[in-house]
Amino acid sequence: MTLRKTLLATGFAAALALPVTAQAAEADTPMFTPKQMTDWLHLVMSSDRTVYTRLIVNRLQNKEKVIKASEHFEDDKALVLPAQMFRFGAEMVGEKTDDFSYSLLSEWPINKQNAPRTEVEKEGLAYIAANKGENFYATEELGGKKYFTAVYADMAVAPACVTCHNDHKDTPRTDFKIGDVMGGVVIRVPM
Amino acid sequence: MASKNTSLWILWLLLTFALGGWLLFTLLQGEEADKTVFLPGSTSPGHYQIEQVCSACHGESFSDQDVMQEKCEGCHADALKAAKDDHPKSKFTDPRNAERIEVLDARYCVTCHVEHRPEITHPMGVTIPTDTCYLCHSDIAEDRPSHAGMAFDTCTSAGCHNFHDNTALYEDFLLKHADAAPTDFEGRMLLGNLAEIAEQLPDYPLDAWPIEPATLEAQALPEGRSIDPHIADDWLASGHAAAGVGCNACHIPPASEEIPEPAWTDHPDHTVCAGCHQGEVEGFLGGRHGMRLDVAKIGKALAPMNTDLARLPMNDEAHGRELNCQSCHGAHRYDTREAQVESCLGCHADEHSLAYPDSKHAELWQAELAGEAEAGSGVTCASCHMPRLEKDYFWGTFIHHEVQHNQSANLTPNEKMIRPVCQSCHGLGFAIDALADEALIRNNFSTPPGVHIRSIDLATERANATDARSDPP
Repeated sequence: MTLRKTLLATGFAAALALPVTAQAAEADTPMFTPKQMTDWLHLVMSSDRTVYTRLIVNRLQNKEKVIKASEHFEDDKALVLPAQMFRFGAEMVGEKTDDFSYSLLSEWPINKQNAPRTEVEKEGLAYIAANKGENFYATEELGGKKYFTAVYADMAVAPACVTCHNDHKDTPRTDFKIGDVMGGVVIRVPM
Repeated sequence: MASKNTSLWILWLLLTFALGGWLLFTLLQGEEADKTVFLPGSTSPGHYQIEQVCSACHGESFSDQDVMQEKCEGCHADALKAAKDDHPKSKFTDPRNAERIEVLDARYCVTCHVEHRPEITHPMGVTIPTDTCYLCHSDIAEDRPSHAGMAFDTCTSAGCHNFHDNTALYEDFLLKHADAAPTDFEGRMLLGNLAEIAEQLPDYPLDAWPIEPATLEAQALPEGRSIDPHIADDWLASGHAAAGVGCNACHIPPASEEIPEPAWTDHPDHTVCAGCHQGEVEGFLGGRHGMRLDVAKIGKALAPMNTDLARLPMNDEAHGRELNCQSCHGAHRYDTREAQVESCLGCHADEHSLAYPDSKHAELWQAELAGEAEAGSGVTCASCHMPRLEKDYFWGTFIHHEVQHNQSANLTPNEKMIRPVCQSCHGLGFAIDALADEALIRNNFSTPPGVHIRSIDLATERANATDARSDPP
């Protein structure tokens, strides 16, 4: 009696679990390429960043003059700069996963640590600066691991981007204009 | 001759087996056993207090570097975060830095801080050569011509940079405070605000112990208990009585799932204090005074730290004295003034501590105690090493003026004291110079600084040069 009950219960549970398992398997089936993945990631990153730049920083700092944005936002009791917002996100992602990583680099970096270093970074940044509107994709090997690396242009979208970079005491370039490519977002996915 | 050799062989074998057996027995015993015999070398200041619990740092196996890193972070991550670590792990896990970690694997604390190697351990527990900055920053003079010719072992030893914490040393901060006066005599230390924010502290037992003056008569002691008149006097004069904290608040620990009806205890420990003073107890457990009691972090309860275990010079009279909340605060009296100097000097007897009573800082404290100076104008041992600071709760929802009971947070490298402590009353340049002057530290800041660190000068020179370039001719 007890055995029959157990068998019945098990069968019932298995029948219930079947569609769930099938769904789980479907969710694990590859559906997109690394290129699509980095394109989508970049879409989220650049959208969030543009929203922050326009709706928070530009509005509150330039239009409504409520608060300033500053590199030393805590000491100056100010807003985080859009580029810092981006970097902090990248750092948090880095703490949570190795599945992908991203960074904001430039051929004219304020912090020299953000200059291109790998061959693909150098080639990619040069390419997106020379070919406006195009992205750059390549594979590279770093520390014995192979990566799919995508480089996307980072443009000056607001006057604050331009003035801040042109006027910063550590900037190597002082003639940025709105719409210029100021650097690039580099996204890496291990293959 | 042959028989003598045989008996020697047998003796040797027996001794070898006995020793081997004893070592094996010790090794295979549980976590409770003392395994210090296997320590490969003396442990660094701080860590030596917990060195008998191998698993506190090594985890269950000795082979997994990541487990060990987790253990390091388990105790030190918060401090690094607070210091806005300039070289966080996330910087080095980025694949673009793969080449760098081949040179210096900064993903792991132990790359620079190896334990059990006293012969190569520099200050701050650093065990790599002091010119390591060179590995990644050899081209610094291209960016900062003023740095040309500087020796690479002077980056961190000359009062200019730290590997982790540069919150008081970064260039724009130097510039912002370049002209600050050496001393601001209007500067004041923060005053406590627990009563004001108690309502917002999630665990403060306001229902049971509302903040209003308590009376002796209202104390409902368990049957058979009575209050010693001296204890009653001490308690009535304390902040606890003034804030409505009665006998049972401490002597009957809060109910828990394990102990739904707790009984009276004569000796409440730090877990009871944490009911209202959670942040303070966390600090205490995080520092060298209380780290041996942090069961959650080290995995087992050790006996409290005591003066006999101390590596720093201690008072002879303090021989064997144990460290718990009461050691410094004094049960029932909980006189925070006493806890700020007398309690410290009751045990600590190094040159710096012994020089305190004759220092300028002590003069200010004496004036405050005598009622001749404003509250918060005196400078005590605690003002500098256990300062009352603004602590954010829930990302700034409310701010507690909390005494940082982790003395390591304001000790070494001493530059980390600049912002929370020194700048309460002193200019940045004065503070940087004073902290770099070892003789001054020994005499407890009784004379003006005798050394000068050039960091503010260099920052100002560079800023002036940049301004001159960008100004129209």
